[in-house]
Amino acid sequence: MFRLLSRHRDLLYMLSRRDVTVKYKQSIMGLLWAILMPLLITSAGVVVKIAMAQISGKHVVLHDVLPVAVKAAPWAFFVASLRFSTQSLSNNYNLVTKIAFPRAVFPLSSVASQLFDFAIAATVITLIIAFSGATATLQLLWVPVLLLVLIAQVVGLALLLSSANLFFRDVKYLVEVVLTFAIFFTPVFYSVMDHAVARVGDIGSRGKILLLNPVAPILEGLDAVIVDGRAPDAFWTAYSAGWAIVLLLVTPAIFLRLEPKFAESV
Amino acid sequence: MPDIVLEAKGLHKKFRKGELYTSLRDLVPALARRAVKGGLDKSEFWALKDVNFQVERGEAFGIIGHNGAGKSTLLKHLCGILVPTSGELVVKGRLSALIEVGAGFHPDLTGRDNIYLNGTILGMSRAEIRTKFDAIVEFSGLEGFLDTPVKRYSSGMYARLGFAVAAHVEPDVLVVDEVLSVGDFVFQRKSVEKMRQVMKGGTTVVFVSHNLRAVADLCKRGMLLDHGTVSAIGPVTEVVKTYMERGTEGADKDPTKDVYISRVGLRDEAGAEAVQFDAGQRMITEVEVTARRATERLAVVIECRDEEMYEVFNTSTQRLGAETVSLAAGEKFTARIALRVHLAPGTYHFGVYVYRYDIQKNYDTLTPAKTFYVRSQIDVRGVAHLEPEVLGQDKSSG
Repeated sequence: MFRLLSRHRDLLYMLSRRDVTVKYKQSIMGLLWAILMPLLITSAGVVVKIAMAQISGKHVVLHDVLPVAVKAAPWAFFVASLRFSTQSLSNNYNLVTKIAFPRAVFPLSSVASQLFDFAIAATVITLIIAFSGATATLQLLWVPVLLLVLIAQVVGLALLLSSANLFFRDVKYLVEVVLTFAIFFTPVFYSVMDHAVARVGDIGSRGKILLLNPVAPILEGLDAVIVDGRAPDAFWTAYSAGWAIVLLLVTPAIFLRLEPKFAESV
Repeated sequence: MPDIVLEAKGLHKKFRKGELYTSLRDLVPALARRAVKGGLDKSEFWALKDVNFQVERGEAFGIIGHNGAGKSTLLKHLCGILVPTSGELVVKGRLSALIEVGAGFHPDLTGRDNIYLNGTILGMSRAEIRTKFDAIVEFSGLEGFLDTPVKRYSSGMYARLGFAVAAHVEPDVLVVDEVLSVGDFVFQRKSVEKMRQVMKGGTTVVFVSHNLRAVADLCKRGMLLDHGTVSAIGPVTEVVKTYMERGTEGADKDPTKDVYISRVGLRDEAGAEAVQFDAGQRMITEVEVTARRATERLAVVIECRDEEMYEVFNTSTQRLGAETVSLAAGEKFTARIALRVHLAPGTYHFGVYVYRYDIQKNYDTLTPAKTFYVRSQIDVRGVAHLEPEVLGQDKSSG
């Protein structure tokens, strides 16, 4: 599949560019779009943290908020990519039924255009962290590795969900509902790992079961690497990477199996 | 040994009519029902049945047939969009299709962006488009509108840009479907020229159209499809002739239609079925309409189109002041309308619609239903026969 796609990389590029251009073209907000979601998530996180601080009688400091800001952008990328790619095949139906090329370009270009947003958001976050006086450590080399695992998971799920939505049109509603509430089951506002300095909103090891969510170890890993300057938890990171590998092995095969039926199943 | 670039061997395609489960909400109860009853009865039908043909390198091959004959289904197989149920299709080289121009155009993007987008969708690389960009723009004649979003284009401009991109793909096999009917007249000329030029360059062309003259002009060999089977294949003139003689006698078997056109006939004044008329002669058209379910206030619309499928005449029983007809289930009626054939010599297509005016509902369409020829004793050209007579050409001085 990936060999086939490299032959159509120009198409992939143009479709991603289309999604990006169309999104930014007629909006007043322009590039602010990219940081809107992470900003909202971070603000929500601050509110949650303040509420939790009130109960436990502590005060919210920058060190409590910073992890939320770090996790918000990758989480926004995860949510937006899945939401967008789920509908990518059904929205491009006129192309799917009329022209032959690898259909995988649609979910993949959706992910790619969200990656563009993520890059902008990540730049902003990096600047904020840099100005907040955090010290850079060698552990930061983990960041690209963790992001790669996240992207691999997103690509796998995107292939799966986009084809499922073509056969069953209510898959997109299912995805919407799950993604809306997924933030409560994912350590974005809170944390389930132990930290050097205790923070407001730590669930601690009692919440370890939440790390079964394959995105959770990545977010916690980014937190550890960027905020605490420690290496991510080896076991749970490997667990997450395992998910990514399985998804990348299985979903392209499923996608290719279903592909010949796409044009017939309106 | 002929060089075959396109070959179909025993191509079959089965389609499933009726319900498809397009949501999980429907699927879950359906699965439960199937488990209880054991196997659902699905009405399947063959969209293509044992289709065999070969196209040689550099050849222009025409495919004709009525609506629903399987032309589009066959094209989608050629393009690789559909996969045959059984049989095999061999394509040598790059195949590109002009099935719908402007596929993938995004209304908010400019003409320039859309050229790149559409070009890559059609299988060109960006580098390739960059080198051909000027040629594409020149061909489309839209130099001044490149930075305008295509949503502000007229439908003609839209089609021109789409065709311009498609015409520059330079495939080994080009599949053309009906695209020549879009755009304005000057552009159609340009398109036909481009096609001829492409064919001279050794490209194999598969051409699908309702425009019989265009097929006859451009292609040497052709194939007539009828209900998914090949009913004639060979020199294009013979295939076109078979098509015209055949007509469409009660071709409609779609059970979802409440009312359908069950028979169409053209008769001369003596009451005999005819396909050839003299200019100025009276023609009696007969349209038989059958109701599957009770329907009310039906009117029959008739039209004539010229060879290029341009409408030259259109009227209806209701517009002529006749009463509308209501039918009970199983009933039928025959509308007979007399026309005087004031048409210039040539080929014309007769089409029929069953229409209800007050709710603006079109129940059934059959166009072209019949094809007829008009001949004239005198030399006139165009569409209308105005029965000219030279009254004099008197000279006078000063």
